Amino acid sequence: MISFVIPFFWGIVLSFCKFTNITNADFVGFQNYIEAFTVDSYFMDSFWFTLAFTVVSVITINVIAFALALCLTKGVLGTNIFRTIFFMPNLIGGIVLGYIWQLIINGVLGIWGVNITTNANYGFWGLVILMNWQNAGYMMIIYIAAIQNIPTDMLEAASIDGAGYWRTLFKIIIPSVMPSITICLFMTITNGFKLYDQNLALTAGNPGRQTEMMAMNIFNTFFTRNAYFAQGVGQAKAVVFTIIVAAIALTQLGITRKKEVEN
Amino acid sequence: MAQVSNRAGKWILFAVLIIVAAAVLFPILVVFMNSFKGQLYITSQPFKFPTFKPTPDHMEEPSEAFPYGRFVPGEDATFAGITNYTRGLVQIKFFQSFGWSLWITIASVCGILICTSMLAWFITRVKNWFTTIIYFALTVSMIVPFQMVMFTMSRFANILHLDNPWGIIVLYVGFGCGMATFMFAGFIKSIPLALEEAAMIDGAGPVRTFFQVVLPMLKSTAITLAILQTMWVWNDYLLPYLTLPSTQRTIPVAIQSLRGSYGAVNWGAMMAMLVLAMLPVIIFFLACQKYIIKGVLAGAVKG
Repeated sequence: MISFVIPFFWGIVLSFCKFTNITNADFVGFQNYIEAFTVDSYFMDSFWFTLAFTVVSVITINVIAFALALCLTKGVLGTNIFRTIFFMPNLIGGIVLGYIWQLIINGVLGIWGVNITTNANYGFWGLVILMNWQNAGYMMIIYIAAIQNIPTDMLEAASIDGAGYWRTLFKIIIPSVMPSITICLFMTITNGFKLYDQNLALTAGNPGRQTEMMAMNIFNTFFTRNAYFAQGVGQAKAVVFTIIVAAIALTQLGITRKKEVEN
Repeated sequence: MAQVSNRAGKWILFAVLIIVAAAVLFPILVVFMNSFKGQLYITSQPFKFPTFKPTPDHMEEPSEAFPYGRFVPGEDATFAGITNYTRGLVQIKFFQSFGWSLWITIASVCGILICTSMLAWFITRVKNWFTTIIYFALTVSMIVPFQMVMFTMSRFANILHLDNPWGIIVLYVGFGCGMATFMFAGFIKSIPLALEEAAMIDGAGPVRTFFQVVLPMLKSTAITLAILQTMWVWNDYLLPYLTLPSTQRTIPVAIQSLRGSYGAVNWGAMMAMLVLAMLPVIIFFLACQKYIIKGVLAGAVKG
């Protein structure tokens, strides 16, 4: 049972992190939290940017993934090869992905003589495209498994009753894969909120910190500001960030539990 | 009639899928192509194939702006051979980083599997206040984002001298144990207790029971977990960046170092190193595709 040492160690780390500093901690009350929001507006800006990015990317990723899953469950030639290709980008790390897309996007924008850091909107949509490229394949795999689990007699019954394609899709397929949709939604939401590597490699927050997401804002507060108390502010921001992420996770847990009870 | 339209529909679908697949593969191919081009031509003409012959100098026909014609110097051949690769390999010490990445990934994943399988068995079979606390701590550790512990953890690693490629394994085991323990615990709950009791009656101690009865049954869960954890550790950027000294970098950290402090990217070496960084991942994927897809599904259900 040596393995206890390690989780225990983690527990210590975690508990220490509730404090704002580890060796020279001075109690400052809520000052750090106030500073996190008032010293500059970057933290709030990064929150809105993250939120907008998450909403847009969650919708696009899931729609694309679901559409691909529908296409790949029709028994088309080469289904397995397509599945392999669509999934592959998911395994490539965030930093590598960021630079691949920086090249591509700058190449396309170069036609108009601009690049990805010219305008924050370019960075935003660049990130959305990147995340779709990376995550759509992953979610597609989950949707495929769910669609394949729908009993065929249910679909046959629907077609005998004269249900058209769209009717079958909305009345049978989507309700049957609802649990998977919930899972995918939450996975994409948390991924979106926690995004860092891709953000760093693609735009590094440029232009002028306008494409900085929350995780990056926290990192920059910790490690690039020179003020003595910056770490405290960083930790305060991290706590706020944790609360947001935890709220998302707990909502998911609640929904899944409720579903299980209903079943 | 329905048969015909169905078949035509399938061909249209097939064509659409081909286009999507091409779009998915396109970025990778562009990077591959550019890794053989000279530094200047990567950013100025990223979508052109490398050229092997220099374009000749020539005189332009007279125009309104240049009534006497204009001398246009030709361009160099954009093909740079493998110079990007050789320079990049030297500049970021790629093979060294590859070695560290490989070591950290394998050691961490093994560590996680060994520790968490025992831990999961312990907390499912023994119920007291202590295991309840551990269970709770693991749940919390799964939800809390890395940024929350980032700063204190890296300082801690400093104090405890875990800021090297050996110590980081302890950190990875700590971060990875949440999900791994849950997946193992979920499986162990489904194993009938009678099997273990039978082993105990036959005189096997807890250690022997675990290694000879429980562990062999965990094999498929262990493979799934190994895949998921490998994907995570191999691609992780922040933890090695924060804890490892700059002489011992993993691949993501080494690649990020090709961006200078003012954002200038060495694109020649970058393209070549991106290709080298993707290569092992793609090989790994094609080799264990079946397990990876299984792992993704299992992770989604439990996650």
